[in-house]
Amino acid sequence: MENNKLIRQMYDSLGEGHGHEPGVAHVEIHGNKVLGLHLVDGLEIIAEEKEEGIDATIRVKAGIKIEKPVKICFGLIPETGVQRINIKTHIEKNASIGIVASCTFPFAKEILHTMDAEIRLDEGAEYTYIERHVHGPEGGVTVIPRAKVILGKGARFRTDFELIKGRVGEIDIEYDAECHARSILEMSARISGRGTDKIRINEMANLLGEDAVAVLTTNIAVRDSAHARIENTIIASAAGTRGHVDCKEIIQGNATAQAIPIVDVRHAKAHVTHEAAIGSVDSKQLETLMARGLNEDDATDLIIEGLLRPQY
Amino acid sequence: MSEKTILQVDNVSLELGGKRILNHLSMDIWTGHVHAIVGVNGAGKSTLASTIMGLNGYRHFEGDILFEGQSIKNMNVAERARLGITLAWQEPARYEGLTVEKFILAGAGNACSHTVERALQTLGLDPGKYAQRAVDRTLSGGERKRVELASIVAMRPRLVIMDEPDSGIDVDALNRIFDTLKILRDHGSTVILITHSMTVLKQADHAFLLCCGNVLDKGGIDKIEGFFGRKCQGCDHQNKPDQEELNGE
Repeated sequence: MENNKLIRQMYDSLGEGHGHEPGVAHVEIHGNKVLGLHLVDGLEIIAEEKEEGIDATIRVKAGIKIEKPVKICFGLIPETGVQRINIKTHIEKNASIGIVASCTFPFAKEILHTMDAEIRLDEGAEYTYIERHVHGPEGGVTVIPRAKVILGKGARFRTDFELIKGRVGEIDIEYDAECHARSILEMSARISGRGTDKIRINEMANLLGEDAVAVLTTNIAVRDSAHARIENTIIASAAGTRGHVDCKEIIQGNATAQAIPIVDVRHAKAHVTHEAAIGSVDSKQLETLMARGLNEDDATDLIIEGLLRPQY
Repeated sequence: MSEKTILQVDNVSLELGGKRILNHLSMDIWTGHVHAIVGVNGAGKSTLASTIMGLNGYRHFEGDILFEGQSIKNMNVAERARLGITLAWQEPARYEGLTVEKFILAGAGNACSHTVERALQTLGLDPGKYAQRAVDRTLSGGERKRVELASIVAMRPRLVIMDEPDSGIDVDALNRIFDTLKILRDHGSTVILITHSMTVLKQADHAFLLCCGNVLDKGGIDKIEGFFGRKCQGCDHQNKPDQEELNGE
Protein backbone atom coordinates (compact mmCIF):
# COMPACT_ATOMS: atom_id res chain seq x y z
CA MET A 1 0.00 0.00 0.00
CA GLU A 2 2.81 2.35 0.99
CA ASN A 3 4.55 1.63 -2.32
CA ASN A 4 1.40 2.35 -4.30
CA LYS A 5 0.97 5.63 -2.46
CA LEU A 6 4.54 6.70 -3.27
CA ILE A 7 4.13 5.69 -6.90
CA ARG A 8 0.93 7.73 -7.10
CA GLN A 9 2.61 10.72 -5.49
CA MET A 10 5.52 10.56 -7.90
CA TYR A 11 3.29 10.41 -10.97
CA ASP A 12 0.99 13.09 -9.56
CA SER A 13 3.97 15.42 -9.15
CA LEU A 14 4.73 14.91 -12.82
CA GLY A 15 1.18 15.79 -13.78
CA GLU A 16 0.67 12.28 -15.10
CA GLY A 17 -1.78 9.57 -14.24
CA HIS A 18 -0.20 6.41 -12.87
CA GLY A 19 -2.09 4.05 -15.09
CA HIS A 20 -0.14 2.67 -18.01
CA GLU A 21 -1.23 1.66 -21.45
CA PRO A 22 -1.08 -2.05 -22.13
CA GLY A 23 2.26 -3.03 -23.60
CA VAL A 24 4.17 -0.21 -21.93
CA ALA A 25 7.07 -1.29 -19.76
CA HIS A 26 7.57 0.82 -16.65
CA VAL A 27 9.80 1.04 -13.61
CA GLU A 28 9.34 3.09 -10.45
CA ILE A 29 12.24 3.78 -8.12
CA HIS A 30 11.83 5.89 -4.98
CA GLY A 31 15.08 6.80 -3.29
CA ASN A 32 17.11 3.63 -3.36
CA LYS A 33 14.09 1.35 -3.37
CA VAL A 34 12.46 -0.31 -6.35
CA LEU A 35 8.69 0.12 -6.04
CA GLY A 36 7.50 -1.21 -9.35
CA LEU A 37 8.80 -3.11 -12.36
CA HIS A 38 6.80 -4.18 -15.39
CA LEU A 39 8.51 -5.55 -18.47
CA VAL A 40 7.56 -6.40 -22.03
CA ASP A 41 8.89 -9.14 -24.29
CA GLY A 42 12.47 -8.63 -25.39
CA LEU A 43 13.28 -6.16 -22.63
CA GLU A 44 15.34 -7.21 -19.65
CA ILE A 45 15.63 -4.91 -16.66
CA ILE A 46 17.20 -6.02 -13.41
CA ALA A 47 17.20 -3.57 -10.53
CA GLU A 48 18.88 -4.50 -7.28
CA GLU A 49 18.75 -2.52 -4.07
CA LYS A 50 22.22 -2.16 -2.65
CA GLU A 51 23.41 -0.33 0.41
CA GLU A 52 24.96 2.43 -1.67
CA GLY A 53 22.08 2.74 -4.14
CA ILE A 54 20.36 0.94 -6.99
CA ASP A 55 22.36 -1.22 -9.38
CA ALA A 56 20.39 -1.76 -12.57
CA THR A 57 20.93 -3.31 -15.93
CA ILE A 58 18.85 -2.74 -19.04
CA ARG A 59 19.24 -5.07 -21.96
CA VAL A 60 17.42 -5.25 -25.27
CA LYS A 61 18.17 -8.41 -27.12
CA ALA A 62 19.48 -8.42 -30.67
CA GLY A 63 16.93 -7.52 -33.32
CA ILE A 64 14.21 -6.67 -30.79
CA LYS A 65 12.40 -3.38 -31.26
CA ILE A 66 10.54 -2.18 -28.20
CA GLU A 67 7.61 -0.42 -29.81
CA LYS A 68 6.30 1.76 -27.01
CA PRO A 69 8.60 4.04 -25.01
CA VAL A 70 9.53 2.58 -21.65
CA LYS A 71 8.65 4.78 -18.69
CA ILE A 72 11.06 5.01 -15.81
CA CYS A 73 10.14 7.13 -12.83
CA PHE A 74 12.90 8.08 -10.42
CA GLY A 75 12.26 10.30 -7.44
CA LEU A 76 12.09 11.20 -3.81
CA ILE A 77 8.93 12.56 -2.25
CA PRO A 78 10.44 13.69 1.10
CA GLU A 79 12.30 16.97 1.41
CA THR A 80 15.67 15.35 2.06
CA GLY A 81 17.46 12.24 0.98
CA VAL A 82 19.85 10.60 -1.42
CA GLN A 83 19.16 8.65 -4.58
CA ARG A 84 22.06 6.91 -6.28
CA ILE A 85 21.46 5.01 -9.48
CA ASN A 86 24.04 2.94 -11.32
CA ILE A 87 22.80 1.66 -14.67
CA LYS A 88 24.41 -0.47 -17.31
CA THR A 89 22.47 -0.41 -20.56
CA HIS A 90 23.16 -2.71 -23.46
CA ILE A 91 21.21 -2.40 -26.68
CA GLU A 92 22.23 -5.32 -28.81
CA LYS A 93 22.69 -5.49 -32.55
CA ASN A 94 19.84 -3.90 -34.54
CA ALA A 95 17.67 -3.59 -31.46
CA SER A 96 15.87 -0.36 -30.57
CA ILE A 97 14.29 1.23 -27.53
CA GLY A 98 13.08 4.58 -26.30
CA ILE A 99 13.03 5.48 -22.62
CA VAL A 100 11.25 8.42 -21.04
CA ALA A 101 12.86 8.92 -17.65
CA SER A 102 11.03 11.22 -15.27
CA CYS A 103 12.99 12.35 -12.25
CA THR A 104 10.82 13.98 -9.62
CA PHE A 105 11.83 15.73 -6.40
CA PRO A 106 8.80 17.98 -5.91
CA PHE A 107 9.43 18.99 -2.30
CA ALA A 108 13.21 18.92 -2.34
CA LYS A 109 15.12 20.93 0.22
CA GLU A 110 18.28 18.87 0.43
CA ILE A 111 18.33 16.01 -2.02
CA LEU A 112 21.20 14.43 -3.89
CA HIS A 113 20.42 12.50 -7.08
CA THR A 114 23.30 10.82 -8.84
CA MET A 115 23.28 8.67 -11.93
CA ASP A 116 26.23 6.72 -13.21
CA ALA A 117 25.45 5.15 -16.54
CA GLU A 118 27.32 2.94 -18.95
CA ILE A 119 25.51 2.69 -22.24
CA ARG A 120 26.57 0.37 -25.01
CA LEU A 121 24.88 0.25 -28.39
CA ASP A 122 25.92 -2.55 -30.69
CA GLU A 123 25.95 -2.28 -34.46
CA GLY A 124 22.74 -0.80 -35.88
CA ALA A 125 21.13 -0.33 -32.46
CA GLU A 126 18.97 2.68 -31.67
CA TYR A 127 18.36 4.23 -28.27
CA THR A 128 16.46 7.38 -27.33
CA TYR A 129 16.65 8.56 -23.73
CA ILE A 130 14.43 11.50 -22.81
CA GLU A 131 15.02 12.83 -19.30
CA ARG A 132 12.41 15.10 -17.73
CA HIS A 133 12.94 16.65 -14.30
CA VAL A 134 10.52 18.07 -11.76
CA HIS A 135 12.17 19.86 -8.84
CA GLY A 136 10.85 21.74 -5.86
CA PRO A 137 10.04 25.42 -5.97
CA GLU A 138 13.19 26.25 -4.02
CA GLY A 139 15.55 24.01 -5.94
CA GLY A 140 17.06 22.12 -3.02
CA VAL A 141 18.34 19.34 -5.21
CA THR A 142 21.73 18.47 -6.61
CA VAL A 143 21.57 16.39 -9.78
CA ILE A 144 24.76 14.72 -10.97
CA PRO A 145 24.31 12.50 -14.04
CA ARG A 146 27.37 10.84 -15.53
CA ALA A 147 27.28 8.68 -18.63
CA LYS A 148 29.79 6.84 -20.73
CA VAL A 149 28.26 5.96 -24.11
CA ILE A 150 29.70 3.68 -26.76
CA LEU A 151 28.02 3.68 -30.15
CA GLY A 152 28.84 0.75 -32.40
CA LYS A 153 28.82 0.89 -36.18
CA GLY A 154 25.69 2.53 -37.55
CA ALA A 155 24.17 2.91 -34.06
CA ARG A 156 22.07 5.91 -33.11
CA PHE A 157 21.78 7.49 -29.66
CA ARG A 158 19.65 10.48 -28.90
CA THR A 159 19.22 12.07 -25.50
CA ASP A 160 17.36 15.14 -24.33
CA PHE A 161 17.42 16.68 -20.86
CA GLU A 162 14.72 19.09 -19.75
CA LEU A 163 13.69 20.66 -16.46
CA ILE A 164 9.93 20.97 -16.82
CA LYS A 165 9.00 22.32 -13.40
CA GLY A 166 10.60 23.86 -10.35
CA ARG A 167 14.03 25.29 -9.79
CA VAL A 168 17.30 23.79 -10.92
CA GLY A 169 19.16 23.84 -7.62
CA GLU A 170 22.37 22.41 -8.98
CA ILE A 171 22.72 20.36 -12.14
CA ASP A 172 26.07 18.95 -13.15
CA ILE A 173 25.92 16.82 -16.30
CA GLU A 174 28.84 14.92 -17.80
CA TYR A 175 28.33 12.73 -20.85
CA ASP A 176 31.16 11.17 -22.76
CA ALA A 177 30.46 9.35 -26.03
CA GLU A 178 32.63 7.21 -28.26
CA CYS A 179 31.22 7.05 -31.76
CA HIS A 180 32.23 4.38 -34.23
CA ALA A 181 31.68 4.28 -37.98
CA ARG A 182 28.42 5.74 -39.32
CA SER A 183 26.98 6.16 -35.86
CA ILE A 184 24.84 9.17 -35.01
CA LEU A 185 24.86 10.93 -31.67
CA GLU A 186 22.45 13.71 -30.70
CA MET A 187 22.60 15.20 -27.22
CA SER A 188 20.53 18.18 -26.17
CA ALA A 189 19.65 19.96 -22.96
CA ARG A 190 17.22 22.78 -22.25
CA ILE A 191 17.27 24.31 -18.80
CA SER A 192 16.06 27.55 -17.25
CA GLY A 193 17.80 28.67 -14.06
CA ARG A 194 17.01 31.41 -11.58
CA GLY A 195 17.81 32.47 -8.03
CA THR A 196 21.17 30.98 -7.13
CA ASP A 197 20.84 27.96 -9.42
CA LYS A 198 23.96 26.44 -10.90
CA ILE A 199 24.05 24.61 -14.22
CA ARG A 200 27.11 22.83 -15.50
CA ILE A 201 27.09 20.73 -18.65
CA ASN A 202 30.12 18.97 -20.02
CA GLU A 203 29.46 16.80 -23.05
CA MET A 204 32.07 15.11 -25.16
CA ALA A 205 31.69 13.30 -28.47
CA ASN A 206 34.67 11.42 -29.77
CA LEU A 207 34.10 10.61 -33.44
CA LEU A 208 36.41 7.67 -33.97
CA GLY A 209 34.84 5.88 -36.94
CA GLU A 210 34.40 7.06 -40.50
CA ASP A 211 31.25 9.06 -41.23
CA ALA A 212 30.23 9.26 -37.59
CA VAL A 213 28.05 12.26 -36.78
CA ALA A 214 27.45 14.19 -33.55
CA VAL A 215 25.28 17.17 -32.71
CA LEU A 216 25.49 18.69 -29.22
CA THR A 217 22.81 21.30 -28.54
CA THR A 218 22.35 23.29 -25.36
CA ASN A 219 19.76 26.00 -24.80
CA ILE A 220 19.93 27.74 -21.45
CA ALA A 221 18.16 30.71 -19.90
CA VAL A 222 19.45 32.11 -16.60
CA ARG A 223 18.29 35.06 -14.55
CA ASP A 224 18.66 36.56 -11.05
CA SER A 225 22.04 35.29 -9.81
CA ALA A 226 22.01 31.94 -11.55
CA HIS A 227 25.13 30.66 -13.28
CA ALA A 228 25.60 28.36 -16.25
CA ARG A 229 28.77 26.89 -17.64
CA ILE A 230 28.56 24.81 -20.81
CA GLU A 231 31.61 23.03 -22.10
CA ASN A 232 30.87 20.79 -25.06
CA THR A 233 33.52 19.10 -27.12
CA ILE A 234 33.61 17.21 -30.39
CA ILE A 235 36.78 15.42 -31.42
CA ALA A 236 36.76 14.26 -35.04
CA SER A 237 39.46 11.73 -35.81
CA ALA A 238 38.23 9.92 -38.91
CA ALA A 239 37.35 10.67 -42.52
CA GLY A 240 33.83 11.85 -43.22
CA THR A 241 33.02 12.61 -39.61
CA ARG A 242 30.76 15.59 -39.08
CA GLY A 243 29.68 17.46 -36.02
CA HIS A 244 28.11 20.60 -34.69
CA VAL A 245 28.24 22.15 -31.24
CA ASP A 246 25.46 24.63 -30.61
CA CYS A 247 25.02 26.60 -27.41
CA LYS A 248 22.57 29.41 -26.84
CA GLU A 249 22.27 31.13 -23.50
CA ILE A 250 20.00 34.01 -22.60
CA ILE A 251 20.99 35.88 -19.48
CA GLN A 252 19.00 38.40 -17.47
CA GLY A 253 19.59 40.32 -14.26
CA ASN A 254 22.81 39.40 -12.48
CA ALA A 255 23.03 35.95 -14.00
CA THR A 256 26.28 34.80 -15.57
CA ALA A 257 27.00 32.28 -18.28
CA GLN A 258 29.97 30.72 -19.98
CA ALA A 259 29.98 28.69 -23.18
CA ILE A 260 33.09 26.86 -24.22
CA PRO A 261 32.59 24.91 -27.44
CA ILE A 262 35.67 22.87 -28.26
CA VAL A 263 36.15 21.57 -31.76
CA ASP A 264 39.13 19.28 -32.17
CA VAL A 265 39.53 18.07 -35.75
CA ARG A 266 42.25 15.51 -36.38
CA HIS A 267 41.47 14.45 -39.92
CA ALA A 268 41.52 16.52 -43.11
CA LYS A 269 38.23 14.99 -44.27
CA ALA A 270 36.33 15.75 -41.10
CA HIS A 271 34.08 18.77 -40.71
CA VAL A 272 32.93 20.15 -37.37
CA THR A 273 31.28 23.50 -36.72
CA HIS A 274 30.26 25.35 -33.60
CA GLU A 275 27.99 28.20 -32.69
CA ALA A 276 27.73 29.86 -29.31
CA ALA A 277 25.65 32.87 -28.42
CA ILE A 278 25.30 34.36 -24.98
CA GLY A 279 23.52 37.55 -24.20
CA SER A 280 20.29 39.21 -23.40
CA VAL A 281 17.26 38.58 -25.58
CA ASP A 282 17.85 39.56 -29.20
CA SER A 283 16.52 43.10 -29.69
CA LYS A 284 14.92 42.38 -33.05
CA GLN A 285 13.07 39.36 -31.68
CA LEU A 286 11.95 41.44 -28.73
CA GLU A 287 10.85 44.47 -30.74
CA THR A 288 8.96 42.34 -33.24
CA LEU A 289 6.83 40.90 -30.46
CA MET A 290 6.50 44.32 -28.80
CA ALA A 291 5.34 45.68 -32.17
CA ARG A 292 2.44 43.23 -31.83
CA GLY A 293 1.57 44.71 -28.43
CA LEU A 294 3.39 42.46 -25.93
CA ASN A 295 5.18 44.23 -23.11
CA GLU A 296 8.90 43.57 -22.73
CA ASP A 297 8.55 40.96 -19.97
CA ASP A 298 5.91 38.94 -21.81
CA ALA A 299 7.88 39.12 -25.04
CA THR A 300 11.01 37.92 -23.22
CA ASP A 301 9.13 35.03 -21.60
CA LEU A 302 7.76 33.96 -24.99
CA ILE A 303 11.22 34.01 -26.58
CA ILE A 304 12.66 31.94 -23.71
CA GLU A 305 9.70 29.53 -23.87
CA GLY A 306 10.55 28.92 -27.51
CA LEU A 307 14.24 28.46 -26.77
CA LEU A 308 13.42 25.82 -24.15
CA ARG A 309 10.76 24.04 -26.20
CA PRO A 310 11.19 20.25 -26.36
CA GLN A 311 12.90 19.03 -29.50
CA TYR A 312 11.34 15.56 -29.51
CA MET B 1 -8.76 68.60 -47.21
CA SER B 2 -11.54 66.09 -46.56
CA GLU B 3 -9.25 63.11 -45.91
CA LYS B 4 -8.73 62.21 -42.29
CA THR B 5 -5.13 62.03 -41.10
CA ILE B 6 -4.26 59.00 -38.95
CA LEU B 7 -0.54 59.72 -38.61
CA GLN B 8 1.22 63.04 -38.77
CA VAL B 9 5.00 63.22 -38.98
CA ASP B 10 5.75 66.78 -37.96
CA ASN B 11 9.14 68.31 -38.79
CA VAL B 12 11.10 65.26 -37.63
CA SER B 13 14.89 65.31 -37.62
CA LEU B 14 17.01 62.43 -36.40
CA GLU B 15 20.74 61.86 -36.22
CA LEU B 16 22.44 58.48 -36.08
CA GLY B 17 26.16 58.25 -35.41
CA GLY B 18 26.53 61.98 -35.83
CA LYS B 19 24.90 61.93 -39.26
CA ARG B 20 21.53 63.53 -39.93
CA ILE B 21 19.33 60.83 -41.46
CA LEU B 22 15.90 62.51 -41.23
CA ASN B 23 15.93 66.20 -41.97
CA HIS B 24 12.90 68.28 -40.98
CA LEU B 25 10.65 65.64 -42.46
CA SER B 26 6.90 66.14 -42.44
CA MET B 27 4.11 64.05 -43.91
CA ASP B 28 0.45 63.23 -43.34
CA ILE B 29 -0.78 59.64 -43.67
CA TRP B 30 -4.47 59.34 -44.50
CA THR B 31 -6.78 56.89 -42.79
CA GLY B 32 -7.60 53.80 -44.85
CA HIS B 33 -5.23 54.58 -47.70
CA VAL B 34 -2.15 52.72 -48.94
CA HIS B 35 0.85 55.02 -49.03
CA ALA B 36 4.25 54.32 -50.47
CA ILE B 37 7.46 55.91 -49.31
CA VAL B 38 10.04 55.57 -52.06
CA GLY B 39 13.63 56.59 -52.44
CA VAL B 40 17.04 55.24 -53.24
CA ASN B 41 19.13 53.37 -50.66
CA GLY B 42 20.10 55.67 -47.83
CA ALA B 43 17.27 58.13 -48.38
CA GLY B 44 15.96 57.52 -44.86
CA LYS B 45 12.98 55.27 -45.61
CA SER B 46 13.72 52.48 -43.13
CA THR B 47 14.89 55.00 -40.54
CA LEU B 48 11.52 56.72 -40.84
CA ALA B 49 9.74 53.35 -40.39
CA SER B 50 11.83 52.60 -37.28
CA THR B 51 11.17 56.08 -35.91
CA ILE B 52 7.42 55.81 -36.36
CA MET B 53 7.47 52.40 -34.64
CA GLY B 54 9.72 53.75 -31.85
CA LEU B 55 12.44 51.11 -32.10
CA ASN B 56 15.42 51.23 -29.80
CA GLY B 57 17.88 53.87 -31.08
CA TYR B 58 15.18 55.77 -32.96
CA ARG B 59 13.38 57.38 -30.03
CA HIS B 60 15.35 60.59 -29.66
CA PHE B 61 14.40 62.94 -32.45
CA GLU B 62 13.40 66.55 -32.95
CA GLY B 63 9.84 67.31 -33.99
CA ASP B 64 6.85 65.14 -33.19
CA ILE B 65 4.82 62.19 -34.43
CA LEU B 66 1.08 62.25 -33.82
CA PHE B 67 -1.25 59.28 -34.08
CA GLU B 68 -4.83 60.44 -34.36
CA GLY B 69 -3.75 63.77 -32.93
CA GLN B 70 -1.95 62.25 -29.92
CA SER B 71 1.81 62.51 -29.61
CA ILE B 72 3.48 59.09 -29.53
CA LYS B 73 6.97 60.51 -29.14
CA ASN B 74 7.42 59.27 -25.57
CA MET B 75 5.76 55.90 -26.09
CA ASN B 76 7.72 52.66 -26.39
CA VAL B 77 7.14 50.09 -29.12
CA ALA B 78 4.52 48.12 -27.20
CA GLU B 79 2.54 51.23 -26.29
CA ARG B 80 2.49 52.30 -29.93
CA ALA B 81 1.46 48.78 -30.94
CA ARG B 82 -1.41 48.86 -28.48
CA LEU B 83 -2.65 51.99 -30.25
CA GLY B 84 -2.72 49.88 -33.40
CA ILE B 85 0.61 50.69 -35.04
CA THR B 86 2.78 47.81 -36.23
CA LEU B 87 5.75 47.09 -38.45
CA ALA B 88 6.65 44.28 -40.83
CA TRP B 89 10.43 44.07 -40.99
CA GLN B 90 12.38 43.85 -44.23
CA GLU B 91 14.14 40.81 -42.77
CA PRO B 92 11.81 39.22 -40.20
CA ALA B 93 13.26 37.91 -36.95
CA ARG B 94 13.85 34.20 -36.37
CA TYR B 95 12.84 32.52 -33.13
CA GLU B 96 14.29 29.21 -32.07
CA GLY B 97 11.52 26.90 -30.91
CA LEU B 98 8.69 29.45 -31.01
CA THR B 99 5.87 27.99 -33.05
CA VAL B 100 4.15 29.85 -35.86
CA GLU B 101 0.89 29.45 -33.94
CA LYS B 102 2.25 31.09 -30.78
CA PHE B 103 3.95 33.81 -32.78
CA ILE B 104 0.70 34.72 -34.52
CA LEU B 105 -1.35 34.52 -31.33
CA ALA B 106 1.11 36.83 -29.54
CA GLY B 107 -0.34 39.82 -31.32
CA ALA B 108 -3.88 38.64 -31.75
CA GLY B 109 -5.28 39.41 -28.31
CA ASN B 110 -7.82 36.86 -27.24
CA ALA B 111 -7.89 35.09 -30.56
CA CYS B 112 -8.22 31.33 -30.95
CA SER B 113 -6.72 28.71 -33.22
CA HIS B 114 -9.25 29.61 -35.95
CA THR B 115 -7.67 33.06 -36.12
CA VAL B 116 -4.30 31.42 -36.75
CA GLU B 117 -5.78 29.17 -39.43
CA ARG B 118 -7.46 32.05 -41.22
CA ALA B 119 -4.38 34.27 -41.04
CA LEU B 120 -2.14 31.53 -42.45
CA GLN B 121 -4.63 30.70 -45.19
CA THR B 122 -4.79 34.37 -46.14
CA LEU B 123 -1.07 34.24 -46.82
CA GLY B 124 -1.37 30.95 -48.71
CA LEU B 125 0.21 28.83 -45.97
CA ASP B 126 -1.37 25.52 -45.02
CA PRO B 127 -2.11 25.69 -41.24
CA GLY B 128 -1.68 21.93 -40.96
CA LYS B 129 1.86 22.22 -42.23
CA TYR B 130 2.92 25.48 -40.67
CA ALA B 131 1.16 26.13 -37.34
CA GLN B 132 3.44 23.90 -35.28
CA ARG B 133 6.65 24.69 -37.12
CA ALA B 134 9.15 26.97 -35.44
CA VAL B 135 9.74 30.48 -36.77
CA ASP B 136 13.39 29.63 -37.19
CA ARG B 137 15.96 28.99 -39.87
CA THR B 138 14.00 26.03 -41.20
CA LEU B 139 11.58 28.52 -42.76
CA SER B 140 12.79 30.28 -45.88
CA GLY B 141 12.99 34.06 -45.93
CA GLY B 142 9.80 34.19 -48.00
CA GLU B 143 7.98 31.88 -45.60
CA ARG B 144 9.03 33.97 -42.63
CA LYS B 145 7.87 37.08 -44.42
CA ARG B 146 4.46 35.50 -44.98
CA VAL B 147 4.28 34.25 -41.38
CA GLU B 148 5.07 37.74 -40.16
CA LEU B 149 2.35 39.19 -42.34
CA ALA B 150 -0.05 36.52 -41.08
CA SER B 151 0.67 37.73 -37.55
CA ILE B 152 -0.20 41.25 -38.66
CA VAL B 153 -3.43 40.11 -40.31
CA ALA B 154 -4.39 38.40 -37.04
CA MET B 155 -3.52 41.53 -35.08
CA ARG B 156 -5.85 43.70 -37.18
CA PRO B 157 -3.76 46.84 -36.75
CA ARG B 158 -4.89 50.33 -37.60
CA LEU B 159 -1.60 51.30 -39.23
CA VAL B 160 0.85 48.86 -40.81
CA ILE B 161 4.29 49.86 -41.96
CA MET B 162 5.75 47.31 -44.36
CA ASP B 163 9.47 47.69 -44.91
CA GLU B 164 10.49 46.41 -48.37
CA PRO B 165 7.71 43.80 -48.64
CA ASP B 166 9.19 42.38 -51.86
CA SER B 167 12.62 41.74 -50.40
CA GLY B 168 13.77 38.13 -50.71
CA ILE B 169 10.54 36.59 -51.97
CA ASP B 170 9.36 35.09 -55.23
CA VAL B 171 6.63 36.38 -57.54
CA ASP B 172 3.89 34.09 -56.19
CA ALA B 173 4.59 35.13 -52.63
CA LEU B 174 4.64 38.78 -53.66
CA ASN B 175 1.25 38.47 -55.32
CA ARG B 176 -0.06 36.88 -52.12
CA ILE B 177 1.31 39.82 -50.15
CA PHE B 178 -0.38 42.24 -52.53
CA ASP B 179 -3.68 40.37 -52.04
CA THR B 180 -3.16 40.67 -48.31
CA LEU B 181 -2.69 44.42 -48.68
CA LYS B 182 -6.18 44.59 -50.10
CA ILE B 183 -7.54 42.52 -47.24
CA LEU B 184 -5.86 44.77 -44.70
CA ARG B 185 -7.35 47.80 -46.38
CA ASP B 186 -10.78 46.16 -46.48
CA HIS B 187 -10.44 45.65 -42.73
CA GLY B 188 -9.83 49.37 -42.37
CA SER B 189 -6.07 49.29 -41.88
CA THR B 190 -3.93 52.12 -43.17
CA VAL B 191 -0.76 50.93 -44.88
CA ILE B 192 2.65 52.47 -45.45
CA LEU B 193 4.85 50.64 -47.94
CA ILE B 194 8.57 51.35 -47.70
CA THR B 195 10.10 50.52 -51.06
CA HIS B 196 12.34 51.33 -53.95
CA SER B 197 10.46 48.93 -56.23
CA MET B 198 8.17 50.24 -58.96
CA THR B 199 6.10 47.04 -58.66
CA VAL B 200 5.40 47.70 -55.00
CA LEU B 201 4.91 51.42 -55.57
CA LYS B 202 2.04 50.65 -57.96
CA GLN B 203 0.08 49.02 -55.11
CA ALA B 204 -0.23 52.37 -53.33
CA ASP B 205 -2.77 55.17 -53.66
CA HIS B 206 -0.26 57.91 -52.98
CA ALA B 207 3.46 58.20 -52.60
CA PHE B 208 6.16 60.26 -50.96
CA LEU B 209 9.57 60.50 -52.55
CA LEU B 210 12.35 60.72 -49.99
CA CYS B 211 15.82 62.04 -50.58
CA CYS B 212 18.37 62.95 -47.95
CA GLY B 213 15.87 62.41 -45.16
CA ASN B 214 13.34 64.80 -46.53
CA VAL B 215 10.24 64.65 -48.74
CA LEU B 216 11.35 65.65 -52.20
CA ASP B 217 7.94 65.19 -53.77
CA LYS B 218 4.55 63.66 -53.05
CA GLY B 219 1.35 62.89 -54.90
CA GLY B 220 -0.16 60.30 -57.21
CA ILE B 221 1.68 57.16 -58.19
CA ASP B 222 2.18 58.11 -61.83
CA LYS B 223 3.76 61.40 -60.87
CA ILE B 224 6.13 59.91 -58.29
CA GLU B 225 6.94 56.90 -60.43
CA GLY B 226 7.86 59.19 -63.31
CA PHE B 227 9.98 61.46 -61.19
CA PHE B 228 11.68 58.56 -59.38
CA GLY B 229 12.37 56.73 -62.63
CA ARG B 230 13.65 59.79 -64.47
CA LYS B 231 15.58 61.62 -61.82
CA CYS B 232 16.49 59.30 -58.96
CA GLN B 233 17.61 56.16 -60.78
CA GLY B 234 21.12 56.93 -61.88
CA CYS B 235 21.16 60.29 -60.14
CA ASP B 236 24.77 61.33 -59.60
CA HIS B 237 24.04 63.15 -56.37
CA GLN B 238 21.85 60.61 -54.64
CA ASN B 239 20.84 61.78 -51.20
CA LYS B 240 22.57 65.09 -51.80
CA PRO B 241 19.84 66.94 -53.73
CA ASP B 242 20.51 70.35 -55.01
CA GLN B 243 18.53 73.23 -53.65
CA GLU B 244 16.18 73.35 -56.65
CA GLU B 245 15.02 69.82 -56.02
CA LEU B 246 14.61 70.43 -52.33
CA ASN B 247 12.48 73.44 -53.24
CA GLY B 248 10.37 71.19 -55.44
CA GLU B 249 11.34 72.90 -58.65
